Amino acid sequence: MPLLEVKNLGINFGGLRAVNKFDLDIQAGEIVAIIGPNGAGKTTVFNMLSGYYLPTDGTIAFKGCTMNGLRPFQVAQRGIARTFQNIRLFPQISVLDNVRIAFHPRVGYNMLDSILRTPRFKAREAELTGRSMNLLAVFGLEDKAEIKASGLPYGAQRRLEIARAMAVQPDLLLLDEPAAGMNPSEVQQLVELVRFVKEKFDVTVLLIEHQMGLVMNLCERLIVMDFGEIIASGLPQEVRDNPKVLEAYLGRGAVA
Amino acid sequence: MNKTKQMVLALVGVAVLDLVLWILIRIGIIGPYWQIILNESMIYVIGGLGLSIIYGFTGQFSLGHAAFVGIGAYCAGWFAITFSHYGIWASLGSLVVGMVSAGLVGYLIGVPILRLKSDYLGIATLGFNFIVYDGMQNSDKLSSVLGGAQGMTGVPQFQTFEWYFVTAVIVFILVRNLVFSSHGRACTAIRENETAADVVGVSPARTKIMAFTVGCVLAGLGGALYAHNYPYVNPDSFSFLESINYLIIVVLGGLGSMTGTVITAVGWAFLLEVLRMFLSLLGPSFINLRGVLYALILVIVIILRPQGIFGGIEASFLVPHIGRRKSDAAAGS
Amino acid sequence: MVTFFQQVVNGLQLGLVYALIALGYTMVYGIVKLINFAHGDVFMVGAFMGYIGYTFIKLPWPVALVMALLTCAVIGVINERLVYRPLRYAAKISALISAIGASFFIEYFTSLNFVFTPNYISFTPPIKEITWIVGGVRITDIQVVILVTVAAFLALLQLLIFRTKLGLAMRTVSFDHDAARLMGVDVDKTISFTFFVGSGLAGIGGVLFGFAYPQIWTFMGVMTGLKAFIAAVLGGIGILPGAVLGALIMGQVEILTSAYISSQARDAIAFAILIIVLLIRPSGILGRNEPEKI
Repeated sequence: MPLLEVKNLGINFGGLRAVNKFDLDIQAGEIVAIIGPNGAGKTTVFNMLSGYYLPTDGTIAFKGCTMNGLRPFQVAQRGIARTFQNIRLFPQISVLDNVRIAFHPRVGYNMLDSILRTPRFKAREAELTGRSMNLLAVFGLEDKAEIKASGLPYGAQRRLEIARAMAVQPDLLLLDEPAAGMNPSEVQQLVELVRFVKEKFDVTVLLIEHQMGLVMNLCERLIVMDFGEIIASGLPQEVRDNPKVLEAYLGRGAVA
Repeated sequence: MNKTKQMVLALVGVAVLDLVLWILIRIGIIGPYWQIILNESMIYVIGGLGLSIIYGFTGQFSLGHAAFVGIGAYCAGWFAITFSHYGIWASLGSLVVGMVSAGLVGYLIGVPILRLKSDYLGIATLGFNFIVYDGMQNSDKLSSVLGGAQGMTGVPQFQTFEWYFVTAVIVFILVRNLVFSSHGRACTAIRENETAADVVGVSPARTKIMAFTVGCVLAGLGGALYAHNYPYVNPDSFSFLESINYLIIVVLGGLGSMTGTVITAVGWAFLLEVLRMFLSLLGPSFINLRGVLYALILVIVIILRPQGIFGGIEASFLVPHIGRRKSDAAAGS
Repeated sequence: MVTFFQQVVNGLQLGLVYALIALGYTMVYGIVKLINFAHGDVFMVGAFMGYIGYTFIKLPWPVALVMALLTCAVIGVINERLVYRPLRYAAKISALISAIGASFFIEYFTSLNFVFTPNYISFTPPIKEITWIVGGVRITDIQVVILVTVAAFLALLQLLIFRTKLGLAMRTVSFDHDAARLMGVDVDKTISFTFFVGSGLAGIGGVLFGFAYPQIWTFMGVMTGLKAFIAAVLGGIGILPGAVLGALIMGQVEILTSAYISSQARDAIAFAILIIVLLIRPSGILGRNEPEKI
């Protein structure tokens, strides 16, 4: 059974049909990318998958259960984590806390435990702190654990956002333009990081990206969107030479 | 100095402070009038910590905090009067009644209202303050004990400072424990970026309602204490101007700083008295300058320190120690 | 039935005055996203200026009106320069606290004995109470004056905002300060001018209010300012027609509640209506809901 099954997904914003007839099946363990020109509807698809928008048509099924209508926090609790195009960290709190917060749904103690500092609180808090520190170490951030997130350089902020997403313990990780603003060597590091994360945490990855370097090296399968619809999908090599795709990116008449 | 030593030192310091004040009160250097002011400062600490949780830590702009203090005061006062034949148990019980009543109303109001965004939430809570104020003015229609516009009298008075001090210290410790826990982190996450908090599994609605309810419980406790500190409970003490006082305390102290809230609450309670004393030394006509000086101080402080006096700063003995070594038990998640 | 229309007319009188104050709130909020807490106190100063001009300096009342307009406009600008500008790009709450401080300052300073004193002051207003009976409803000349004055200034404001370069600058700055700067707009001057106009309108409102209800007091701006602010939010904060609409509604609600329910309940009921409207239309009646881009 596919991990994620999206059928006929569509959404209207007033009179605008932003996404139409979007189908996608992802098997566990894949790395898939959605590409396409700006305004194609890629982030809108992500917003529907993560629960921010309610689809007008179609269904989203994750691990066999329907996800339509769930709120973002419920989607996260079911096992889908996500990062954002413009990084959304918690700027004024520490790097460590940014990660620890993701453990909240499964924290294992209640408010009374917190207030009274019961043994259960101390044990669970130490455990989740340890796991958060380990996660930070994986992403090379452990020596920055106690500084404010806003104090991190841009690349580190991106890594922190992914670290936080991994703390959600997802089965599916949605990365929205993770390489935005990165130079080629940083992109290469990101490719290795994503590959490493996928192997180590056994997570399936769906990403949106513009940088072809990242996409070609990393992904097994590509989906191409334009004007809200899928215009091509398949192996990276196939898609790259598809005339419809070239036309979408370069414009009609640019294809030789 | 390691964390445990710091904390012990802080507790010892607090105990010593209490002892010193106790002595000063027994000897008579601190007279009954100032004892009431000391008690009042503790009430502002407790109520201020409540608003600090709601606004400083969770980012929910409430301009109606005094209404919940008032609800606590009236319910506790009513309870203490009605069951006064049980003596001190009635008063202790009334503290619980104050907390529960304010918390319950906070929860019921919070569920619909916390959906509103910042400025609008402020306006809605301000409106709630007015509605409650109006209710207090007409409270004699509900029960003559409550007194209506004249205010409620007859609440047994307890003006021993130790009770207020110890209560405030306990509240402070409990609030600190809440802030430095996953629940506290959920609150600050909502404040920092509600959308991102949502996507990591933290329910914005539940967190906001929880924070608001806890904050109102503390307001109710403050109100219950208020009823025992003053011979009568008057609606004018819970008007929106009083809500603004709490807001000033929390913002001037520094949003997200418990230390700031406490110090500013105490300082604020004394500021007006000190100004009055100081000005009366200059001459009788100078007392009217009190309001003008207060306003000037307010504006100057906030312009010089927009983040609040203790903005972003927390006393270090409060912050829990984080183990820096990776846990030996292997695999991350 | 006649009494009902009478109350409607009375409500209109109050609503029109609220409109002048509400416009100032909404203009300032639109351009610097600040709730100008001191605005109600500027209104109060206007009322006192009208009183002083007419009663002491013995000016004809239209001149007193202009004097009040200019005094309040200048106070508004000074306020902006000293108290708001330093915090313009700081946290909004800090600016609000500063505004609260400014409000307290104006209230307590004018309450000093050598300024306006803290007492209630009653005076004989200039406009002789001539009344007309139209269809059984009593209309006083003060009501006509208010209607004509407010209508005239509303028309002028429309002209200013939509037909002049200054008005264009104001609209531009209210969208985005940096973009406006890049287009060559002097943002500081534009903001100062907005405060000038908004506070001037509040000043006129103060004079008219004083003439209509001639008992003034240095703390009269607190509640009236608050109600005008509610009106602005009700109609959609930042939206000029919304301020007028909200103010007219508030005026009606207040007078009708006083007449038919109780004058004590009027504030509570006004707020209750506001809360209900906000829960249904979170940005006010004419407000545009700007969804966050995720």
